[in-house]
Amino acid sequence: MRKIKEFIIEKLILLAGIASIFFVAMIFLFLLKEGLAVFKVETPFKFLFGKSWYPISEPPQLGILPLILGSLLVTFGAAVISVPIGVGCAVYIAEIAPAGLKETLKAGIELLAAIPSVVLGFIGMVTLVPLVKNIFHLPTGLTALSGSIMLAFMATPTIVSIAEDALYSIPKNYKEGALALGATQWQTIWRVMLPAASSGILAAVMLGIGRVIGETMAVMMITGNAAVIPHSIFVPVRTLTATIAAEMGEAVVGSEHYFALFAIGIVLFVISFAINVTADLILHRRKF
Amino acid sequence: MVNPVKNTFEIKDLDIRFGPVHAIKQISMDIPANEILSIIGPSNSGKTTFLRTLNRLSDLYPDFKIDGRILFEEKDIGWLDVETLRRKIGMVFALPLPLPLSIFDNVAYGPRMQGVKNKKELAEKVEEALMQGHLWDEVKDRLGESAFKLSGGQQQRLCIARTLAVGPKVILFDEPCSGLDPISTAKIEDSMIKLKENYTIVLVTNNVKQAARVGDKTAFFLGGELIEMDRTEKIFTAPKDNRTDDYIRGKFG
Amino acid sequence: MRAAWIKNPYMTQRLAFLLLLVSTLLIVIPVGMIVVIIAWKGIPAINWQFLSDIPRQGMRSGGIFPAIVGTIYLVLGAISFALPIGLLAAIYLSEYSKDNILTRLIKLSIVNLAGVPSVVYGLFGLALFVVFFKLGASILSGSLTLGIMILPIIITTSREALESVPNSFREVSLSLGASKWQTIRHIVLPNAIPGILTGTILGLGRAAGETAPILFTVAAFYLPQLPKSIFDQAMALPYHLYVISTQVPNVDEKIRCGTALVLLALVLFMNLIAIIIRYKFRKKKKW
Repeated sequence: MRKIKEFIIEKLILLAGIASIFFVAMIFLFLLKEGLAVFKVETPFKFLFGKSWYPISEPPQLGILPLILGSLLVTFGAAVISVPIGVGCAVYIAEIAPAGLKETLKAGIELLAAIPSVVLGFIGMVTLVPLVKNIFHLPTGLTALSGSIMLAFMATPTIVSIAEDALYSIPKNYKEGALALGATQWQTIWRVMLPAASSGILAAVMLGIGRVIGETMAVMMITGNAAVIPHSIFVPVRTLTATIAAEMGEAVVGSEHYFALFAIGIVLFVISFAINVTADLILHRRKF
Repeated sequence: MVNPVKNTFEIKDLDIRFGPVHAIKQISMDIPANEILSIIGPSNSGKTTFLRTLNRLSDLYPDFKIDGRILFEEKDIGWLDVETLRRKIGMVFALPLPLPLSIFDNVAYGPRMQGVKNKKELAEKVEEALMQGHLWDEVKDRLGESAFKLSGGQQQRLCIARTLAVGPKVILFDEPCSGLDPISTAKIEDSMIKLKENYTIVLVTNNVKQAARVGDKTAFFLGGELIEMDRTEKIFTAPKDNRTDDYIRGKFG
Repeated sequence: MRAAWIKNPYMTQRLAFLLLLVSTLLIVIPVGMIVVIIAWKGIPAINWQFLSDIPRQGMRSGGIFPAIVGTIYLVLGAISFALPIGLLAAIYLSEYSKDNILTRLIKLSIVNLAGVPSVVYGLFGLALFVVFFKLGASILSGSLTLGIMILPIIITTSREALESVPNSFREVSLSLGASKWQTIRHIVLPNAIPGILTGTILGLGRAAGETAPILFTVAAFYLPQLPKSIFDQAMALPYHLYVISTQVPNVDEKIRCGTALVLLALVLFMNLIAIIIRYKFRKKKKW
């Protein structure tokens, strides 16, 4: 009797284990189901590289290049800011901060990671956007720059925590060997530890960027939502994610607009898939 | 509990590999009932692997390949239900390993898993097991306390009592005194000798002198092979193989 | 000789360390500032009426009670779905899985689920629950969508908690004749509960704060009554904050900040509890 119960439980456990694969497959399948339909009206090439996004005009123009460039611009800007700061902070926490401070800092970073993106978007709207407008004398502060700054902020906890793990897992004798040869702490960090942790740091950066590309609410609230090709970072842009969030409410189920938004979803899914799988491979390839 | 079978274990041509490692090479032996068999040998000679194969803890190893035959009370251990087998063949490990439970719950764990729910029955089993393990007097007033509060020697005797509570026929000891002080060691060796009246005991030990004190028979393992096995007095006074002699004298290992 | 001090490695070190400290401060200080600003401007709005009243005058006054209730329903719904499946999946990975392709695939899938953008979850929820299963925009759709989204968190933290239980306990249990499942149920699981609890609370915090997955699956702009069943739409705090910040003009800043404060406090509180549990557990571990 007990054996029968256990048999059932163990089968359920196996099912639950496989569930993750099932869910990923389902997400991809449903995205495809609704998204591929857009390619009846638009070729993939024109979809991906078309310069005009006017989904509600007649006939709808469904080129997502402005959106791709918007995402890329904001992401690139965020990376430029968050990578040095994030890695720097990771180094500080891992190598230089005294023990008590270390735990507090780590908890602080964890709390930052927990702040909902809508709250950060709200704060950005209220403080950062007017600031950018005034400092750079722009017609509006809702720009790619504001988005980059805020997203840099959101990416740093990811970068810090994974980079810090990477530094922490370097065998102690690397560090001790360098110090024993007379190197200063900084020289040891710069020439020995950072190179040794480089693959982990790379993975950290990739995952941070992955987070940024997938970010929706904060960008929606502070980048301005202009679906045109940006010419600088001081103008409003529209990202892939914000497009979906902003327009799905208006799109009629089953219309080309609807399918196009799902097609954007496919693009996002593929990008995040690529980034996450690569970062995971990097993280798990090197084991001391 | 008198065993009707003459040899508790009959092992023939046992051969074990873990992937590329050839851990046990063609070992054959009979382990008689109600005696203590000491197994000695340097580390990595296969003693622990051998012991764990007897109660099929070896099933947990990945890449485990086994050839040959092990009979427990004249039945092939591969055919028996593994949970029943493990209740009949108990094991005491090298470090005292109390479960993170109270003293009472530690000893009662085996019977509970077997399905015993009656509180009175459990209490009786616990008391009897602790008595047989020579721990009852020391803990009878604090059965509800955490097992971690006991000293190392007491914890190990708790582990013995825990094994006894399940009602085994065999007790396997895997270097049980390696973490203990001499007094606790002596108490445990004492327990083993008293226990053999009712149980078959197999002891793996790194301590050659312990093997001499306690074992009725002694087996010497080296590099996965059984070099020699005989009555303890013979092994220690006139071993047949030079390697046995060298090991006993401390020339290696 | 005079320029040599610039090349002195100790000067370089000092400079470098200063830069690193600045990097850290650049992150930590704004965090503090954010919390302070929201608290400063939001606390004046917090009173019992704000928390218990429904919104009035198109969100410009009144309270946020339906949004709080909606968030609670969604979070409970999400965890009812994610915890059983996530825990069982974690048990599979920790106790049953072998080193083979299937396991590699499962782990890869979990990494992927963790990385999918939240708005894509929204699309998925829309396509599967709202449209395909015809559940419509409802608490059920929203909870299921959020549930799948927090599944990776639950699985990963639970798996770590299970794996941290020493193997020796499992061996002892098995050697006493217990079955594998009995060992898990009576020895492994009870000792992994603090870690599992931590993960669950972190998952709850995440579910409470997410907007994009609920945009198309459940969130309603203005509902004068509380939802009566899981098939109803609901308001939710994150969506409410978004709407009163961007769609409704002339909302008193106090109210916006008050809403943000409630949401922030809720999420940070949950995370803090999780951190505390984790910390206390590490200190109390008996083995």
